[in-house]
Amino acid sequence: MSDLDQFRQQTRTWLEENCPPAMREPMKNFEDIYNGGRNPVIDHPDQKIWCERMASRGWTVPHWPAEYGGGGLDKDHVKVLREEMRRLGARPALDSFGISMLGPALLKFGSEKQKQEHLPKIVRGEIRWCQGYSEPGAGSDLASLQTKAEDHGDHYIVNGQKIWTSYANYADWIFCLVRTDNSGTKHEGISFVLFDMATPGVSVRPIKLISGSSPFCETFFDDVKVLKENLMGEEGKGWTIAKYLLTHEREMIAGFGGAHGQPLGERAVATMGADTSGRLVNSVLRQNIAQYQLDTVVFGATMARIGDEAKAGQGLGPASSIFKYYGTELNKRRNELNLAVDGEGALGWDGEEYDGGKLSRDWLRSKGNSIEGGTSEVQLNIISKRVLGLPDE
Amino acid sequence: MMALVLNEEQVMLKESAAGFLADKASVAALRELRDSSSEQGFSTEIWREMAEMGWAGIAIPEAFGGLGYGYIGLGLVLEQMGRNLSASPLQSTVLVAATLISELGNQAQKEALLPAIAAGDKLVSLALQETAHHAPEQTTMTASQDGDTFVLNGDKILVLDANVADYFVVIARTAGSKGDESGLSAFLVEADTRGVNVTRRSMVDSRNVGAVNFVDVRVSTENLLGEAGQAWDGLSRTMDIANVGLAAELLGISTEAFERTVEYLKERKQFGKVIGSFQGLQHRASELFAELEMARSIVLRALHAIDDSDEQLPLIASAAKAKLCEVAQRATNEGIQMHGGIGMTDEHEIGFFIKRARVVQHTFGDYNHHLDRFAKLSGF
Repeated sequence: MSDLDQFRQQTRTWLEENCPPAMREPMKNFEDIYNGGRNPVIDHPDQKIWCERMASRGWTVPHWPAEYGGGGLDKDHVKVLREEMRRLGARPALDSFGISMLGPALLKFGSEKQKQEHLPKIVRGEIRWCQGYSEPGAGSDLASLQTKAEDHGDHYIVNGQKIWTSYANYADWIFCLVRTDNSGTKHEGISFVLFDMATPGVSVRPIKLISGSSPFCETFFDDVKVLKENLMGEEGKGWTIAKYLLTHEREMIAGFGGAHGQPLGERAVATMGADTSGRLVNSVLRQNIAQYQLDTVVFGATMARIGDEAKAGQGLGPASSIFKYYGTELNKRRNELNLAVDGEGALGWDGEEYDGGKLSRDWLRSKGNSIEGGTSEVQLNIISKRVLGLPDE
Repeated sequence: MMALVLNEEQVMLKESAAGFLADKASVAALRELRDSSSEQGFSTEIWREMAEMGWAGIAIPEAFGGLGYGYIGLGLVLEQMGRNLSASPLQSTVLVAATLISELGNQAQKEALLPAIAAGDKLVSLALQETAHHAPEQTTMTASQDGDTFVLNGDKILVLDANVADYFVVIARTAGSKGDESGLSAFLVEADTRGVNVTRRSMVDSRNVGAVNFVDVRVSTENLLGEAGQAWDGLSRTMDIANVGLAAELLGISTEAFERTVEYLKERKQFGKVIGSFQGLQHRASELFAELEMARSIVLRALHAIDDSDEQLPLIASAAKAKLCEVAQRATNEGIQMHGGIGMTDEHEIGFFIKRARVVQHTFGDYNHHLDRFAKLSGF
């Protein structure tokens, strides 16, 4: 038996013995995703148990090195683990910005001490992270951020305000862009720091969105003391890390453009009916759905191609901007078409008959996809300048 | 499934095709063929060189004298032909006719024709379309059996390379009526058979296309490809493959038109600046670039679907053709618009791209045809 087969068999047995039955139920909504943290938001007690058991093997982040608490698995073994989890219907045990965003940056730019300190806690779901990037005056023009970190010898004193900080109200620590120098160009003088959200002077206020949910916060820093050992990378070189992380974020958001459950055309026929030749009754809507579905097929092929090229060692480059732009526009189209297909049924805001207003709330939330993580217009600017080489002046 | 990346051999093929075509079968060469009113419509000498490089047999199995590179290889060459607007019988003979013969022919028929095609010695073209739109099931041309011969009667249009073909593969009805998928048969007809009348038509792209009339054309039952009345499945798969090949050509046309346009945006000055610095143009160019990346992916995916015998091929082929029609239309329209006045002149080459694009878009079903089919195959 090959090593991989053996691993598969052991994994299968272990998952069957250790995955609690409730964690084999399909996830119904966002809240079913376990994000960890000091005071985790828990929908079901087994979420915590499942996370602890998986973390004991490093399998919450199976591809990270074992020395930092990860599973230390290569991509073939990770694939087997994912396949066996799917086979059992096992939910991901943990998902967090620590895993998807800070972790990759720590591995690339962090000091050995920082890796030892933070990565194992991310793997175990002990610390939940948030990202402090945007400011009221620095949205699309992120590099003009003004949150100030003043040098006080062995520490900085941070003052300023962040906005659109995702889940800051649940987060334990923040990775944050601050200005340590005002003398150079706006991209210079930005530093990347990590600090505890429980530090005196940090306060958080959730922002209610048009969709009714509050995934984002305003975050205020009032004389917050941050030790210099929590500076990641060099002082003044934070923009490099920021750009690297934005690439990750864009890919994550672009992923919303992927396939979602039952294809829309089929669902439309089931909801609205078809003529004798099987065509959706409304030919205008049929065409709109066909165009959308065609674009999901080409987008899926592009994700596969770029993934294969990356594996073959061909760089991703500014492709993340294309993903982000295309994926989010696609997701917005899907949500608009949901409204067209479900009609009145998609306009409910509350109540069981409207599934708690899921369709309308998702539709409204999707409007943010082409704004957060860099607007569609910013992505088009990046393509113009970095790919096509079109000049500023 | 194979990874959606080119291997070393494929990259080499692509690069050698790019170099050869830019050198010998460029847009300037097409202009010269047009302006000299070439009867032939392409350069026999260059076609000979292409055949020597193995292109004519690129997708033909080695057992029949080809290279057995598969359709990915052919697609890469077609893409480069799109970039250069190279005139050659590669589409008519290799992409379409050889595929249909492979699909429907028996061993003897394949042995008789495929090696000759692979060697570049014989040109073969499909005679399918009868009306202004692609609709194979609407075929009305008839073939009635008379002893050990069939008698063919009917009119075909948009027959690629009709004026230079040695053989036609003719789709005619041996049973059923207009609108039926069953009852269609495929016949191999030598171009000089009595009753075959070829008229060259002058099309917007200056390439070889003709109308062919068949008046009481008698062919032996041995010239029937496959079973009588059973051509649909092989024809349908051939059309899927052909449309993927045309999508690859459209990818080349669109990419080249786009790249030339972006270069122009970097050169042309108005209001004291290069026009490429204007955000109104930058964003249009960037959106188009994103679409071109999508287009490249679906073409590669579809070429793989042919070589992998993916059962999703019909859906993927229509997706590829529909998407490439959409992108080619946008890329060539923007090409003219962004070039401004100079783009409207015959002297400038950008106009050649829009002309060729529309003909390829239309051939074997345009955007509307394939988007409709894509929806149908998707269950709505």
